[in-house]
Amino acid sequence: MNAVALEKKSTKIHPHKFTLWVGIGSILMMFAGLTSAYIVKRNQANWQTFDLPVAFWYSTAVIILSSFTLMLAVSSFKKRMMGRYRLLMLVTLLLGSVFITLQIVGFQQLWVLGITLQGNVSYSFLYVIVGLHAVHVVGGVIALIVMCLQAFRTRVRNYSIMPVELMNTYWHFVDILWIYLLVFLLMIK
Amino acid sequence: MSNVISLNEAEVQQDTHHDSHLEHHHKETFISKYVFSLDHKTISKQFLVTGIIWAIIGGLFSVIFRLQLGYPNSTFPWLEDLLGHWAKGGKIQPEFYYALVTMHGTILVFFVLTAGLSGTFSNFLIPLQIGARDMASPLLNCMSYWFFFGASVVMMSSLFVQTGPASGGWTIYPPLSALGDASSGSKIGMDLWLVSMALFIVSSLLGGLNYITTVLNMRTKGMSMTRMPLTIWAFFFTAVLGVLSFPVLLSGAILLLFDRNLGTSFFLSDIVVAGKVLPNEGGSAILFQHLFWFLGHPEVYIILLPAMGMASEILSINSRKPIFGYMAMVGSLFAITILAFLVWAHHMFVTGLNPFLGAFFVLLTLLIAVPSAIKVFNWLTTLWRGNIRFTPAMMFAIGFVSLFISGGLTGIFLGNSALDIHLHDTYFVIAHFHIVMGVASFFGLFAGVYHWFPKMFGRFLNNTLSYIHFWITIVGAYLIFWPMHYEGLAGMPRRYYDFSNWESFKMFGGLNEFISIVSMVVFAAQLLFVINFFYSIWKGRKVTTMNPWNANTLEWTTPIRPGHGNWVGEIPEVHRWPYDYAKEGKNGKDFIMQNVPVGADEESH
Repeated sequence: MNAVALEKKSTKIHPHKFTLWVGIGSILMMFAGLTSAYIVKRNQANWQTFDLPVAFWYSTAVIILSSFTLMLAVSSFKKRMMGRYRLLMLVTLLLGSVFITLQIVGFQQLWVLGITLQGNVSYSFLYVIVGLHAVHVVGGVIALIVMCLQAFRTRVRNYSIMPVELMNTYWHFVDILWIYLLVFLLMIK
Repeated sequence: MSNVISLNEAEVQQDTHHDSHLEHHHKETFISKYVFSLDHKTISKQFLVTGIIWAIIGGLFSVIFRLQLGYPNSTFPWLEDLLGHWAKGGKIQPEFYYALVTMHGTILVFFVLTAGLSGTFSNFLIPLQIGARDMASPLLNCMSYWFFFGASVVMMSSLFVQTGPASGGWTIYPPLSALGDASSGSKIGMDLWLVSMALFIVSSLLGGLNYITTVLNMRTKGMSMTRMPLTIWAFFFTAVLGVLSFPVLLSGAILLLFDRNLGTSFFLSDIVVAGKVLPNEGGSAILFQHLFWFLGHPEVYIILLPAMGMASEILSINSRKPIFGYMAMVGSLFAITILAFLVWAHHMFVTGLNPFLGAFFVLLTLLIAVPSAIKVFNWLTTLWRGNIRFTPAMMFAIGFVSLFISGGLTGIFLGNSALDIHLHDTYFVIAHFHIVMGVASFFGLFAGVYHWFPKMFGRFLNNTLSYIHFWITIVGAYLIFWPMHYEGLAGMPRRYYDFSNWESFKMFGGLNEFISIVSMVVFAAQLLFVINFFYSIWKGRKVTTMNPWNANTLEWTTPIRPGHGNWVGEIPEVHRWPYDYAKEGKNGKDFIMQNVPVGADEESH
């Protein structure tokens, strides 16, 4: 039985990882729904365009950087360099939090310019789409906090790679999703 | 790295293996065994019982609004005792009538035929039929039920708020649903509806992720995809539909929540409510319909596919014949899944949709007739010259086929955008979707319960009560919904409170009364089923053999009352497809189970 399991697992993707991928597909469908609603609405009357706030550019740089630090963290985990792993996880966590803060700053910059949630539909869409993405990043940040706590726990040590890889996949996903949304919001104004 | 994974896996595997051996010594508390259980079988029973409770409530609502439709000029003082100010003077108030219709739809579509059907049977059958100890993630599975429970609590509480539950139809079209000032049912009841549905969507996504992963990753040795029973294929495609379409409804619900509570105008524009001009500008109510029906149409198949899968399985077992055209059955399920995403605008032909665009949706909609006809053909040819055993499950499976044919044919009328101008929002639509989606899926659900009850509880349901239940339900279903086609063709609109004031529809007074009487009788027959169900859990005839229906699939290789882990010892290996009926097995049996190795005189399948 164990032999069978081992033999099978070597060619197959781990169920949890697979679940995450399907989940990512479903999150993508939600954003597909929102962005297609955005496109439909844009082609109707009374659509106003505006420039994205500067803070979003900084936040983009931050989240890309955080993907790199997480990648390094994963490779240090694989090499059992736990000190470096802990440090890089903390840096990623920090960068993730900075990303969310910058999104909020971006919202504030828009709000001051009179581009408020209750204004034109194009404004409302920006808040909802960017906001929902930020909610998914917050989810990732919470997962990062949990993983950092586990990494610093000395009583029980866990060397399973699976949570780290799941975290890695999800975090790159929210990163790429943000870049897609940014390009989308820039191209289709 | 790969070493680490393998070691980990080995540990996990050993753990589950270990558990199954120790199950008799393992003390479980009431909470961990029956409440926050991680066992897929217990979770499936939780879904089933919750679904039954919701079905009683949703069914009762239809009886109450049928009272209004059947007897528009009578008063029922006892209704006032029951419902208070909603039935002032013994007459159902118009606002409450609409709330009843809305909640009837919501409850039966989502809480009973999605959670109650998929939740029950995907959970129960996937691990048992593919040969897995449990779901890929039992924890997510448990969470899926408890999110559903949370959704149920919120929806239930909306029935008791002073302004009443959501009313505006189960499709909750804005602007009516977006404006609290527009009707009492668009106040707090609508917020509760949206919150409840958000929880429900989370529940169904967690469930769906698990079903897909389990089917693709957890199959036992030898269980290739083409050796899976059709039930599993159906649950798999159902889960795919749910995972891809529910998020879109979620985005629609989120935008609606923003419109309701945060002053945005996604769906609102140029509206005057109670003489007051609203500031909202630039929104589009049609946009919501697109988002809603992008889920709404796949939802129809989310409800129907599990019933198709179970009917296929039960028809084959009780005809004692292999299912006719296994690959065609799988292919048509796949085709329906794809087409389900491409037809949503046929719900919107009369919204001002571009007729040129409409033509494509007509074509795609009518294309669904092809896989549907393939399925019907295969069911009938499976029955053809079979050695049929009319067990209660088989009766309901045959009833399912009958309803699917008669309800499906009217779909061809409705799929035409020109005919739809006349038929849209009439009783013809009500008749169509109640037969093909509502009652047919209910028959699939009943067939499933009657067939797998012995596996769930180790006892049989009472046969006499089962047959009475079947005949009243099938005759009643046709008597209720068949006349509605005529009413619809005559132009009688749905969702109206009282037809007695309309010169054109007065003549249907007697017919409406007849429909109401039958619906009460059918509701009573369902209570008979409920009594049978709960009585038999504790007092039913005991199952004494492992395989009471002489079926081939793996769930009948488990002990009569399987513990957590399903099989004692090793999981059986699969050597053949699940439809080796009418084939000479050992000891003169007419079937060969999936775990029996292929003999020297056989070709492997």
